[in-house]
Amino acid sequence: MSYVKSAFKHPRLPVNDLGLTYRDYEGALSTLCAGCGHDALTSAIIQACHELSIEPHKVAKLSGIGCSSKAPNYFLNKAHGFNSVHGRMPSVATGANMANQDLLYLAMSGDGDSASIGFGQFAHVVRRQLNMVYMVANNGVYGLTKGQLAATADKGVKNKAGDLSLFTDIDLCVMALQLGASFVARSFSGDKKQLVPLIKAAMSHKGFAFIDIISPCVTFNNHNGSTRSYDYVHDHITTAAVTDFVPVKTEITSRSDSGESEDVCLHDGSIMRIQKLSENYDSSNASKAIIDIEQHKAKGEILTGLFYLEATASEFHEINNTCDTPLNKLDQDALCPGKRVLPGINKSFR
Amino acid sequence: MKKTDTSSYQHFLKVVDCQQACPAHTPVPEYIRLIAEKRYTDAYLINWKSNVFPGVLGRVCDRPCEPACRRGRVEDTPVAICRLKRVASDLKGDISAFLPKIPRKKNGKRIALIGAGPASMTVARDLLPLGYDVVLYERDAKAGGMMRSQIPAFRLPETVLDEELNYIINMGLECHFGEEINSLDNLLQANFDAIFVGTGAPNGRWLTIPGHDKAGDQIQTGISFLANVSFEHVSEVPKKVVVLGGGNTAMDCCRTAKRLGATDIKVLVRSSYEAMKASPWEKEDAAAEGIALMPNYSPLEYVITDGKLTGMKFEEVASVYDKVGNRTLQPTGEILHVDCDMVLVAVGQDTAFPWIERDIGIDFNQWQLPKLNKKSLQSTHAKVFFGGDAAFGPKNIISAVANGHQAAISMDLFCQNADPVQDRSDSSFSLTSQKMGIHEWSYQSTIDHQARNLVPHIAWEEAVKQLAAEVELGFDEKLALEEASRCLNCDVHTVFTESTCIECSACEDVCPMDCINFVEEEVDDNQVVKQFRVAELNAEQPLLVSAPLKTGHIMVKDEDVCLHCGLCAERCPTGAWDMKKLEITNTHATIKGGAK
Repeated sequence: MSYVKSAFKHPRLPVNDLGLTYRDYEGALSTLCAGCGHDALTSAIIQACHELSIEPHKVAKLSGIGCSSKAPNYFLNKAHGFNSVHGRMPSVATGANMANQDLLYLAMSGDGDSASIGFGQFAHVVRRQLNMVYMVANNGVYGLTKGQLAATADKGVKNKAGDLSLFTDIDLCVMALQLGASFVARSFSGDKKQLVPLIKAAMSHKGFAFIDIISPCVTFNNHNGSTRSYDYVHDHITTAAVTDFVPVKTEITSRSDSGESEDVCLHDGSIMRIQKLSENYDSSNASKAIIDIEQHKAKGEILTGLFYLEATASEFHEINNTCDTPLNKLDQDALCPGKRVLPGINKSFR
Repeated sequence: MKKTDTSSYQHFLKVVDCQQACPAHTPVPEYIRLIAEKRYTDAYLINWKSNVFPGVLGRVCDRPCEPACRRGRVEDTPVAICRLKRVASDLKGDISAFLPKIPRKKNGKRIALIGAGPASMTVARDLLPLGYDVVLYERDAKAGGMMRSQIPAFRLPETVLDEELNYIINMGLECHFGEEINSLDNLLQANFDAIFVGTGAPNGRWLTIPGHDKAGDQIQTGISFLANVSFEHVSEVPKKVVVLGGGNTAMDCCRTAKRLGATDIKVLVRSSYEAMKASPWEKEDAAAEGIALMPNYSPLEYVITDGKLTGMKFEEVASVYDKVGNRTLQPTGEILHVDCDMVLVAVGQDTAFPWIERDIGIDFNQWQLPKLNKKSLQSTHAKVFFGGDAAFGPKNIISAVANGHQAAISMDLFCQNADPVQDRSDSSFSLTSQKMGIHEWSYQSTIDHQARNLVPHIAWEEAVKQLAAEVELGFDEKLALEEASRCLNCDVHTVFTESTCIECSACEDVCPMDCINFVEEEVDDNQVVKQFRVAELNAEQPLLVSAPLKTGHIMVKDEDVCLHCGLCAERCPTGAWDMKKLEITNTHATIKGGAK
């Protein structure tokens, strides 16, 4: 048996501000198929968390059911986590966020978990603007049940068994844009140069951050004719803007808001630096982003990158005007004041 | 960046650091795996084929393999390779059935060997099975050369040495012990087809400082002292002994003097402790036996009182290094007087060729070493070949053995009317997949994180009382198996096939040592290296560079700290990575300075 990862590490491995190497952000060794895109995604999350010096115990990992939802086991094994019922992760995330808004909520979901059984939950957590990072590992098939077509599979493609995708596909980025998410991006597990800065920015963003990540299923959807295979995505991927994440502590030496480059300041003071590749790219226009996505799809291209960012958007707690202290830190008397307060409340209804 | 040439073994051999560092290219990981399987006889035979004296080298080798061992770069200490070699020797069964058969019908060619040290004996071992008549001339009464005369029995028991020499002598070697060759010209007149000179570096250097010529035999060279002890001409020494020099001979001298009754022994050396030439473990063992190692003292004079040596005067010095690392010794002004009754001078040794006439066609260079063809070790006289210390000055046993193989190939070619340089064949090689099934490899791919095991030894106070009791006890089976499992199996290579790679990055992500990089192709190698996940640690370690992949990216693997754990191959969905074992057939031909 060789499936054990050695504790030895490269002697020159960089340490972050907490004195940790990226190896300290790993989880259990993945049991997903060899070559699964989700493992690359896991690696990108590890890299992002390490580079941002995130304290693992201040993270909550949330997931539902599916190959994607196994992934949180493979990163940040010192973080909190909840592997919930299929499609119900958003509810659990909402509850956890209510109780403790101080944690960073990292959610991993899949196309089945978010676009089928949990589609309703997904819609509502977006419109509630819950402060979290919601990542979907999107491979267009149900890998865990042997490769049936998912709701995100492009209309007209065939799965490995030869079944045709008869129905219109659901584009979760378009859904998120329509429902008011304040950070929407799409990326590819095979392009960490793009993915890692997006994850970092999403984690630094206050509000609901959504990243749809094309993550090929190497076992059931990596065949000729698939539009989610490594080769197909490599060949058809395109982007309108290259985004780079500049952390808070970095001194900003050059700043140009000219036509090609734009800096957007995120909630924590870090910068999302956007280099436009397409002249009419606009990260502040959600409806235009929807049109761009649809137009590229019509051309047979997969548009990736940051679609929309509203850095100053409000999140759930602000909208609901909740108290600043996390609920789990309030004492019994404050949470349940009883007779002392009840008469006053009742009186207000009269 | 240039794609790595994987059509020859050169890149792969470089990755097996221990094997590459060994002058004889002993396949170290292969024999360590055999030890792990308790196949001690097989492990011994692999060694025997390559380095001829596994029992000897398992004790007293200079161990160039160990500083090279990848384990030393991954954690602190290398695998105890040398000790494991001894295990193979200690625990093996009867090997006589596996020794090469010697043809009854000889090939009609006669070879003379001068000196019975490791180089000559290796030539004999290689040529006897080919049907040559081999005649050995040795001035001492027994074979072994410096292995017998200069290495004390407490480090190398005579029985071990005799056993391994006898394997060769019993192949039908015609031995003339006690016969010193005084004229190479005469020997050339005799009916030999080729002659091998393996006479070592038998002259100890003196230190001609004031008092040198007045002290008589109170001053001796270290190697003559050790030889006299070995051949039992000397059995006691005075109480106060000074040893000059910081090499392994100095360590052997001081430890031998201790065993012969000296109570106050000081080793004084001009260099710093760190720069002393002795192997670190030799220095540690000497210190453990209560010998004072005193670095940074430069000898000034032998103090003679009433015609007798009574002490020595030293000047304290400091080693000062300039920018390029050249050392100068700067006196501190302190003078040290050391009382002593005997001085052993172990400051170097030289070859001696007064018996080679200078008009018989053998040219010598400015250092009085023979001019040789580096590949064939053939001298300017076509019939005469050199090897070992006689060829290049004092080195070590394993280098002498490597020379022996190299010269044997040349002499065989020469005797068969082929050209010893042009007609040398290179080694051939094979790479064989080690995959047995899912998560299953034919080698121990799981990394053992245990630290290096220390070798047990007899109590120091007992050790110094006996001249011939071996100090080190060697690993027992339990320790041997533990130590063997530390080996990283560097000869099981990560082999990459561009055409099947789908660039999923699974290997890059899973590699525990961040060796694998998928990077943009650049003409400038530095621009490629800059893209590595982790900056290169040792630029001299090889890179495995692929041809451009489908996206135009290239895969560059920094071989430096690869654990050979096989996770890249395990994670690869298409089998673009595989773990393949390198086997080089006829490693003798690969020996440094040899073919290619």
